[in-house]
Amino acid sequence: MHEMSLALSIVELVTGRAEAAGARTINRIELEVGTLAGVLVDSLRFCFEAAVRNTMAAGAELAIREIAARGSCPACGVEAPMEGLISACPVCGQYLVLGKGRELRVVSMTVDEEG
Amino acid sequence: MCDSCGCDHEHDVTIALPGRADVAEVHDHHHGRVLQVEEDVLGRNNALASHNRAWFAAHQILALNLVSSPGSGKTTLLEQTIRRLNGAVPVAVIEGDQQTLLDAERINATGAPAVQVNTGAGCHLDADMVHRALHALTPPDHSLLFIENVGNLVCPALFDLGEKAKVVIISVTEGEDKPLKYPAMFAAASLCLINKIDLLPYLDFSVARCMEYARRANPDLTFFTLSARTGDGMDEWLTWLNDAVRH
Repeated sequence: MHEMSLALSIVELVTGRAEAAGARTINRIELEVGTLAGVLVDSLRFCFEAAVRNTMAAGAELAIREIAARGSCPACGVEAPMEGLISACPVCGQYLVLGKGRELRVVSMTVDEEG
Repeated sequence: MCDSCGCDHEHDVTIALPGRADVAEVHDHHHGRVLQVEEDVLGRNNALASHNRAWFAAHQILALNLVSSPGSGKTTLLEQTIRRLNGAVPVAVIEGDQQTLLDAERINATGAPAVQVNTGAGCHLDADMVHRALHALTPPDHSLLFIENVGNLVCPALFDLGEKAKVVIISVTEGEDKPLKYPAMFAAASLCLINKIDLLPYLDFSVARCMEYARRANPDLTFFTLSARTGDGMDEWLTWLNDAVRH
């Protein structure tokens, strides 16, 4: 259940940045999550609701954009989607090396200046 | 479906409580100013881990992050490793557990200094906990620091502590398919210790298959097979440690 620490990290990150920008409330947070980032999105949403309580992000919407994992084959160079960290190359059967799909990044947020 | 939050509701229905105008605007996504953030959620942890790593480098301390499921024999392995090193290299230990001081007490009994981090409900150590533990422990220069993470093959894979390498320990009683079930940890580790090999005659555990499964997640893994209890295979592990601490 590391999603609670991640949710708290998200809140710490966005409230810090929003305060620095002179904002009073955060309405929406846009997050990018790779499908192999090791994060359960449902669990993260649940923890996020608890983590934002009594902060300037209270009630903010968490918009999650999932990034489908893709890897490349070290043997034949084919690029293919990866269902898990251990995914075989559809062409030659060698195990793919992950390219993207481990992202866990706050992309942007929408803020209000007036409280 | 709502494009912004992915919920299944059609927002043609307005829900309002008398006197609470804001409730009706819960799905008004368009007001406010957009700030670009572009920052990694684990960025703060990674920055603290880099700070720890720089400190280890400055003091020539080899820090290893030991990760495994509960009951793989991490603490016994540490006790035996410390006893066998026999003071040749100074050793200090950061112990991570949800509760109790039991592991730190076991390490202290070997003569090595240990500090216990109790994470409470937490399922992993993070770089800040290690940073604070270092202030309490103050390991000497040119020493070996073992960080025994919370027994958990999932969450600790995500959190860099500033270590030189993650060492994943699997005991033969856990089953050879562990690397297939928990590939993230095997992908994150540099070393894999297969422990409790004295029990192999009683189990259907193929060391070769376990290694093959782990290599699917990480072709660069280095393996040691050993039994901390009988001492079998410990010499090779000790040789690796002695070499690594000198580099």
